[in-house]
Formats: sequence, C-alpha cells, structure tokens
Amino acid sequence: MMGLLSVSDCWIIWPVILPLFWALVAFWAKQQPRLPGLLGALVTSLASGALCWKMVRHGAFRYGLGGWYPPLGISLRADGPAVLMVLMTAVTGFAISIYAGGYFQSRIAMGGQGRRQIVQERSFWPLWLLLWAAMNGLFLSADIFNIYVTLELVALSSVGLTALSAKPPSQVAAMRYLLVSLLGSLSFLLGVAFLYKTYGTLDLATIQAALCLSPPVAMAMALISVGLMLKTALFPFHFWLPPAHANALAPVSAILSGLVIKGSWYLFFRFWQGFLPLVGEGGGAFLAALGGAAIIWGAFQAFCQQRLKMLVAYSTVAQVGYLFIIFPLIATGAGQGTSAVFYFAISHSCAKAAMFLAAGTIFVQRGHDRINDLDGVRQVLPITTFAFALGGLSLMGLPPSGGFIAKYMYLSQAFSQAKWWLVLIMVVGSGLTAAYICRAVSHILSAQKGEGRGPVVVAASMEWSALALALVAILLGFIAPVPLALLGVAG
Amino acid sequence: MISTPALVYGLTGLLLFVVGLAGLISCAQLLRKILAANIMASGVFLFLVTIAHGRGIVIDPVPHAMVLTGIVVSVSSTAVALALACRVQETANIHDLRKIRARGDER
Repeated sequence: MMGLLSVSDCWIIWPVILPLFWALVAFWAKQQPRLPGLLGALVTSLASGALCWKMVRHGAFRYGLGGWYPPLGISLRADGPAVLMVLMTAVTGFAISIYAGGYFQSRIAMGGQGRRQIVQERSFWPLWLLLWAAMNGLFLSADIFNIYVTLELVALSSVGLTALSAKPPSQVAAMRYLLVSLLGSLSFLLGVAFLYKTYGTLDLATIQAALCLSPPVAMAMALISVGLMLKTALFPFHFWLPPAHANALAPVSAILSGLVIKGSWYLFFRFWQGFLPLVGEGGGAFLAALGGAAIIWGAFQAFCQQRLKMLVAYSTVAQVGYLFIIFPLIATGAGQGTSAVFYFAISHSCAKAAMFLAAGTIFVQRGHDRINDLDGVRQVLPITTFAFALGGLSLMGLPPSGGFIAKYMYLSQAFSQAKWWLVLIMVVGSGLTAAYICRAVSHILSAQKGEGRGPVVVAASMEWSALALALVAILLGFIAPVPLALLGVAG
Repeated sequence: MISTPALVYGLTGLLLFVVGLAGLISCAQLLRKILAANIMASGVFLFLVTIAHGRGIVIDPVPHAMVLTGIVVSVSSTAVALALACRVQETANIHDLRKIRARGDER
C-alpha cells in the first residue's frame, strides 16, 4: 500500500493548493470576487473527486511533502475516513458556493444599505476558500503539529466569516468564538508537546501504534480532548455555538454548522480510535454521557427558540451529541460503529447545511425569522420550504434518508451490545427532534398570511442549491453501500 | 534523568499556561483576555523549548521549529483578536464581556 513517492500520488496536494490559489485570486479581483470564487469552488470539488477516484483505484496512500517521509518529514495521507470527509466538504461546499453567489447577488440588488453588501461579498470569497483549503489540509494531514496549524487556520477564517455580518450580536459572538478557539488550540498544542516529549515523533499513525497509558500520555490526551471538545461545541462547551452560528450570514451559518465542527470532531475521533482500547468502557461511557446530555439539552433548547436560525443552531448542539455517543459502541473494535458515525456525519452535513440555507432564504425574503410570524412562506418560497422539510426529515431519521440509515446502524449496534440507556437516549432525542422540526415546519406550511416585507425576489440559485443539498441527504438513504465501501479503504 | 534546570523551565511553562488559562476565564475585559491567551501561548512555547533539551546532549531542533511556527500563528491570531475587539467596541460600544452577555442576549 505504502509505496515510494510517485508522481500520481501528488493528487493529494491539489485539494489543499487549489482553494488557496483561488482564494488569492478572489482577494486580488477586488471588483469581481464572485467569478474566481465560484471557479475556485468548482476546481476544488473536481480535485477532491479526483483524489477520491485515485484512492479507490489504488488504495490508501501516503505522500511525503518534498519527498521526505516521517520521522524526518511531514506527510499527508489519504485513507477512507479522510477522503470521505474531503468529499463531504466538496459536495456541501460546492452547493453552498452556488447559494452564496445568488445570496450576494440578491442582497446587492436589494440595495438598501449601500456598499456594505459589496464589502461583505469581497471578504466572503477569499475567507471561504481559505477555510476550505484549511479543512482539506486538516483532513489529509498525518502530522499532529501540521494539524495544529490547520486547526488555527480553520478557526481564524471561520471567525472572520462570522464577523462579516455587521450586526453587533454577531461581532460579539465572533469575539467569543475566537477566544474559545484560541483556548482550544493552545490546549491542543500543549497536548502535542506532551506527546512529542513521550514518543519523539509527530506522526499520528506512529503515535497511535505506540500509544500506552502512562501519566504524560494521559495528560496529553486530556488536553487534546478538551481542546477539541471546545471546538466541536460538545455539551457543556456549547455556549458559544448558537449565537455565532445563528447571527452569521446565511452561507456562513451553513459552512460553520455543516462543515467546520466536523473538522475538530474528525480529529477527536482519530485520536480516540487509538486511545479508546486503553481506557476501555469507562472513557467511552463518559463521552457518551456528555453526548447524551447534548442531545437532550440541545433539542429542548431548540424547541424553546423564537427564531428559526436559533432553532437550527441549537439543533446542531443536539446533533453533535450523536457524534459522541458512538464511543462506547466502538470500544470493542468490532461491528459497524465507525461506519454508523461517519454516515451520520456526512448526512448531517448535507441536511444541516440545506436547512441553514433554506432558513437564510426565508430571512432574506421576509426580513426576519421569527418562527411565529413565518406563516405562509410556502406560497412564496415553495422550493425552499420543501428543502427545509426534507432536511428536517433526515435530521429526525425518517426513512428513506441518510439520517435514517445512520440511526438504524446506531440502534442495531446498541441492541447487539445490550446498551439500553443509549437506545433510550436516541429514542427520546429523535422524538424531541421531531417536535422542534414540526414546530417550525407547521408555521412555514400554514396557509395564513404572515408578517414580512413586500415582494422580494430571491435568486433561483438560492432555492435550488438548498433543495439539491436536501436531496443529497435523502439520496444518502439509497446509496449507503457506496460511501461505506469508500470508508472501508484502510490506511 | 531530568536535570534540575529543565524541570524548573518545564514547570514554569506549565505554570504560565495555568495562569493564562485562569486569566482567560476570569477576566471580563477583552484586552485582558487577549493578553491572557498570549501568556498561555508563552507557557506552551517555554515548555516546548524545555523538551528540546530533554532528549540527550544534542539539542533537538524540531521543538524549536514548532515554537517558531507557533509564534507566527500566535502573532496572527492576536492581530485578528485585537482587530475584532476594536470592531466590537465600535459597533456595540462595549469592552466588557459581562455587559455583552447582559445586552447581547436580548436582541
């Protein structure tokens, strides 16, 4: 599998370099950032697809940057989980880019507040492509210090994106987000220092193979875990997420909720894959308890919200819980636990991004997103309404959707290992999810006329890109063997 | 096995990290929080430099490279944080997170 450096292996660097290049072009093209931005999104998605095709044909591989392999050099690696996450970013990211094109076009056409929208778009495209490059770098890196740098790049660009919205609450949310991210990164870096002191290497695979339960390693894992839990917004560290995600611009909310939190979760999963057998049942059960609390508390809070975007943001807090309750189920190393959680991650990414995009369209059309005044949206925005409902369907886990397949695998694992308390959490969580989704959808679908501004024409690309993402979330319920086979390509 | 100076430097680094952490959590003013984050970063860097000496007679260059990169990252994030703090003060006219909590949630 792990061959010497060959020219074709350099496919792996394009998903990182191309968005970086187009981010610079979009930054220089001051007057017209939309064209290079969209072109960059297209090229990056194609490169991600090409990397996936390459890995399927030749198996997992590593690429030593500059021809230097560990322990001396920094390496990138493409294996099943990493490429699946890159592909998820490509699909969701491309749809969000199409949406963003229409979003800024509509807002600039609406005018109103003059130049502000133009400035926002000028900053959006470079930051978004930089974020995309950092995310791909994070997924593909095999070196834990390199991972620290990509984590910081992801944090800085997403804070920049959050602060684009000019409203004071979003500035404050961005500030808090930045401070939390800094704390998380520094904790991660200190953990990396402990690991390097113990093992004398920064290569993740080497460290995972040598992992043993000694005091410095336990310290390192505690620091790394807390740092990544802060960034993933796992309960009780979720306080920063709802205001940051709900007050950002519509495409930014979708990026943050659908993609960015998956980055730090993916790292957490990678570290714990090696660490879990050492700590056994107790560690996994602790993480699952936090995840279960997140599911219940997030869903309850979502139900209580008055604003649609706040509801979707609290829903993310709840769904993050599902990403963590898997750990007691994979402790034995057997079964489909890993497949289940990755399937959950990709279907949540599509469904949540679709819902945030749809909520953003409703916000642009109505000028507000108070749930109780959203009656009659169906008549003006039928496609968006459909997209929102389909995304909600996948979040609830109703068949046939990606969310259903994931939850089915979760439940069958929990049943076969006789973990009844996990079954109970999942059932209650799904019931609460259905409750808050139905609360929002019942207003959107009602035939009465709600409050809002007069006729505003939203771009067709905004409606259709949200629908496309929601349809992908549903489609994932039919094509389950394909992503799961991709995930199975071992490193 | 670990020499005394290395122990002193290492523990000082960890102490700085903890002091910075306490400041980041407990101070309400934004500028103090940003400074606290910098103190945390310095603690980590001192710890890394200590590691470089801990591995035999030859000094290990890798942690030094990590510190150099870390300083670059730290400077950039401090710059972003300061710029954002200025924006927060201009738009919301507040520089104290406790007041932000009181005012921010009602919107």
